[in-house]
Amino acid sequence: MIYLNAFLFAGLVCAIAQIILDTTKLTPGHITVIFVVLGAFLDVFNIYDKFILWAGGGALVPITSFGHNLTHGAIHGYNTEGVLGLFSGTLDLTAAGISAAIIFAFFMSLIFEPKD
Amino acid sequence: MKQNYQDIVKKNSPKENVLINAIIAFITGGVMGIVGQFLIDGYISWFDIPTKEATVCMLVTLIFFSSLFTSLGFFDKWVNFCKCGLIIPITGFAHATMSAALEYRKEGLVTGIGMNMLKLSGAVIIFGVVSSFVFSLLRMVVGLI
Repeated sequence: MIYLNAFLFAGLVCAIAQIILDTTKLTPGHITVIFVVLGAFLDVFNIYDKFILWAGGGALVPITSFGHNLTHGAIHGYNTEGVLGLFSGTLDLTAAGISAAIIFAFFMSLIFEPKD
Repeated sequence: MKQNYQDIVKKNSPKENVLINAIIAFITGGVMGIVGQFLIDGYISWFDIPTKEATVCMLVTLIFFSSLFTSLGFFDKWVNFCKCGLIIPITGFAHATMSAALEYRKEGLVTGIGMNMLKLSGAVIIFGVVSSFVFSLLRMVVGLI
């Protein structure tokens, strides 16, 4: 059942993004930024946690979960360390994703030739 | 005359079919969601690790394969076809980082790869960090914590 929910949720997010992309003059860069900010906002009142419970991986794969993790880390940091935690906790949960993207991109760009 | 010309341009320029694009994005994005859930379940049962670590493993796996497919050259075609179905999942972030690194590779290690790798995906990180700071500050001030 969670697979159906994952399909529906991730598909719906992507379809909404595609409709915004086609009907306005925004670029894909704008769309991803909008969805990151939206995910960060939805975590303020713990709404996104409910999506994750309902859709599992379907809510974790879209870029909205990136924003969700950023806010989640910042709030968790504030709860454990105080105001300083707002700064030190922000990238806690997303660090693995950012580091992986940078490390893989660096070594693969050394190995592979760009193809056109 | 000018009106005529614009009418002709409008008639002959290819129309983006909003509905078909949305359906393609829905299906491919949904498949990415299923793959994510499948990998999480798989990592939990294969390596016997908690859900949180399995989620991180799943994201790293997706990032690895989209970086690999981008550098092998055929991920661009997939992105052109699926559009938001692959841009909105975390694969789009890895694709943007990888293609910027490949494009600027010939300009050198530091001035090429180092300075330009995050050219496209940097916006996501910067706006994500700034907005999450503002929102958590907001929540702190409101006193809901």
